[in-house]
Amino acid sequence: MYCCLCGKGDLVALAFEFSPTVERCAGHGPAPLCVTFDASGLDRLFGLPQDVAAAVSRRAAETRVKTNIAMASNPDAAICAARGFSGVSMIPYGDEAKFLGELPLGLLAPSAELQETLERWGIRRFRELAALPPLGLAERLGPEGLRLRELARGERERKLLPLEDAVRFEDEIDLEYPVELLEPLAFLLARLLNGLTTRLATRALATNELRLRLGLENHTENGTAHERTLRLPVPSLDAKAFLKLMQLDLEAHPPPAPIVHVWMGAIPVKPQAAQSGLFIPAAPEPVKLELTLARIKAIVGEDRAGLAERLNTHRPDAFRMHSSAGPWPAVRSHPGRLPGNSGRRIDNPPQVANLPHKNFADREEAGLLTLRMFRPPLPARVKVTAHGPSYIAAENIRGKVIDLAGPWRTSGDWWALDPWQRDEWDLALSDGALYRVYCEPRGWFVEGSYD
Amino acid sequence: MAGALLKQQFESELGGLLDWQSRPAPDTVPTGIAAVDSAIGGLPRGSLTEIFGPASSGRTSLLISMLASATARQESCALVDAEDAFDPASADTAGVHLDRVLWIRCGHNAEHALKAADLLIQGGGFGLVALDLGDMPAAAARRISMVSWFRLRRAVEYTPTVLISLARQSNAKTCASLMLECARERVAWSGAPHCSRLLRGIGIRVARRKPSATGVAHVLLPLW
Repeated sequence: MYCCLCGKGDLVALAFEFSPTVERCAGHGPAPLCVTFDASGLDRLFGLPQDVAAAVSRRAAETRVKTNIAMASNPDAAICAARGFSGVSMIPYGDEAKFLGELPLGLLAPSAELQETLERWGIRRFRELAALPPLGLAERLGPEGLRLRELARGERERKLLPLEDAVRFEDEIDLEYPVELLEPLAFLLARLLNGLTTRLATRALATNELRLRLGLENHTENGTAHERTLRLPVPSLDAKAFLKLMQLDLEAHPPPAPIVHVWMGAIPVKPQAAQSGLFIPAAPEPVKLELTLARIKAIVGEDRAGLAERLNTHRPDAFRMHSSAGPWPAVRSHPGRLPGNSGRRIDNPPQVANLPHKNFADREEAGLLTLRMFRPPLPARVKVTAHGPSYIAAENIRGKVIDLAGPWRTSGDWWALDPWQRDEWDLALSDGALYRVYCEPRGWFVEGSYD
Repeated sequence: MAGALLKQQFESELGGLLDWQSRPAPDTVPTGIAAVDSAIGGLPRGSLTEIFGPASSGRTSLLISMLASATARQESCALVDAEDAFDPASADTAGVHLDRVLWIRCGHNAEHALKAADLLIQGGGFGLVALDLGDMPAAAARRISMVSWFRLRRAVEYTPTVLISLARQSNAKTCASLMLECARERVAWSGAPHCSRLLRGIGIRVARRKPSATGVAHVLLPLW
C-alpha cells in the first residue's frame, strides 16, 4: 500500500514521520508538490487503510500542512488520485481504472506532441485512454503510449525512489504585518517550537542548540537580520522551557526593528538518558536550572551568574565565569590547597598544632580563614612610617594599624602588555578587623578583609 | 467523636500514644568544622540558618567551610553574593569544589539578591543556598522586609535545601530556625614585629542564639 500527499507545506517531513521510504516528485509547472511513501506495515500501528489515512490527515492538520491524501496499491495510482481528487481518496485494489477514470489526461503530463495526437483522437480522460487496445496503441504511439495507458488504468507497478532523510529541522513564517512587541512574537515562536520539537520527537531526537533568525522591516534588503542562538548544556525537547529561554533572551537582546520574518532551526542530537543513583544527591534538573539561570541573569546581568573557574596565573583575583552551570560534574579529588594570601602553592603547610593556642579543633576539621574581596578594591589613604602603614582611611574603613605583617612583594606578566606588581600587607586595624592592603604604582588599595 | 475513637483504636493497636501534631526533626548536615558541629548539632535542611557577626569574625570562613562540606558530599550549591565579595581562590584553598557552586554576583543590590535566592530555591535541586549580605550596611540590611524573609522560609520549607543567610546582624529574626553568632576572640601572629611577622589565623567563637542560647564552639581558623 502506498500513500501520496499532494499539496503545500513540509510534505517531506510529514511523510518521514510515517515511513522511512519516501519519494518526492516535483509538480509539473504550477502543479503542487507530490510526496509518496510506502505505507505497508502501518496497518499494524493504525489498523485499516482508512485509519492510516485518517492518522496522516490528523497529523497534517496538526503541522498545518494542507494536502490531498490518496492511498492505492501502487505509487502511480496514488499520485494520480492525490493530484486529481481533493481530500482523502482510498483506491481499492483492482478498482484503480474505475476510480481514476474521470481524471483528465493532463495529469499524466504527456509530451506536447502526444497530447495533441490524443486530443485529435478525442481522448481526454483516463477512462478513454484505458479503453484503447494495447497492441494498436503500441503500433501508433510506441512505448510512451503504452506507459500512459498503464498509468491511466492504474496498473503500473514500480518501486519508489527513496529520498534521503535530510535531517534538517527548520521552519519559518513570513508575516503579513510586522510584529513590534515580544508578546505576539512569543505565539509565533511557540508555534515553531512545538513543530520542531514534535518532529524531533518522532525521530527519537532532541536538541541542544536552537537558532533564531528574525527578518527585520527595512533591513531585509541589505541582508541583515537579528540572530540569536540558544545553547543548552543537555539535549532536551521541552518546548515550554525553550520558549521561556527565548523570551528571556529576546528581552535582554531585543530586535532593533519590527519583525517581518521568523526562521528557527534546531540542531538534532541524540537525547541524553541518565539513570540517577539511589545514593547520589539530587542535582538541579539541567533545563530547569538553565531557565532559572536565565531568569537570574535577566535580573543581575548577563555575565554575573555562573560557575567560577580559577585561572592559571598568580595574578590576584584572577578567575573567569562560566555562564552555563550544568550538568554538574562528578566531584574530583582535591589536588592540594593553594594559599589564600599569595597564590603560591604550599607543599608543606605549617602545623597549626604548633601555633600558640589551646582548646581549638584539629587543623583538618577547623576550616580555613578566607578573604572577603572588595570589588573594585577600595582606594585608600595611608600614613606610612619606617615600619610600614600606621593609619588607613578608605570608604567605610578607618583606623590605626595595631599589628601588621608584610610587605609581600609579588609581580607577574612582565612579559605581557598588562604587567602587575604590588606590595601586600596584612593589617589589624583599631576598628577590630583584619584587612589585606596593597600598594601598587597607582596608589594604595584595600583588597579585602579576612573574615 | 468518630475521629477520637479511631485515634484511640490506632493507639491501642500500636501500643502507645501517637503524636499527631508535631513534625519530625529536620535532617541536619555537618558544617565542615567538627567543633561547631558538636556544639550546634549541624545545619537543618529545609530551614533558614542565619550567621551573623562583625567584620573579621570568621562568618565567611564558616560559610565557606559549609560550602566545602556540601560540595564534598556531591551536593549542588548556590552562593548569592549581594556584595560581590566571594573570593574563588580562598574558597578553592578551603576545599570548595568551584564547579559545583553557582555564583550569583548581585553587585551591591540586596533586592536582586533576594529575588535570585527565591528563584534558586523555587528551582529546586540545590543542597545548599547561601545568601551573603556580609558587608551590607546595617541600615540597608534592616530595610529588607520581613515579608521577604518569610517568603524565603516558606520556599525552603519541606525541601532538602539548607538556606543560609550571612550578615553583620540578625535580620531574619523569627524566620530563622538556627542563628549562629560569630565573634573574634584573638588574632594569631607569629614572628617578631617589623621583622618576620606572619598572620597565622584568627580564633573565633561561634555561639548558637536560636533555638536555644546554648552551645558555644571555639575554633581557630588558620590562614593556610
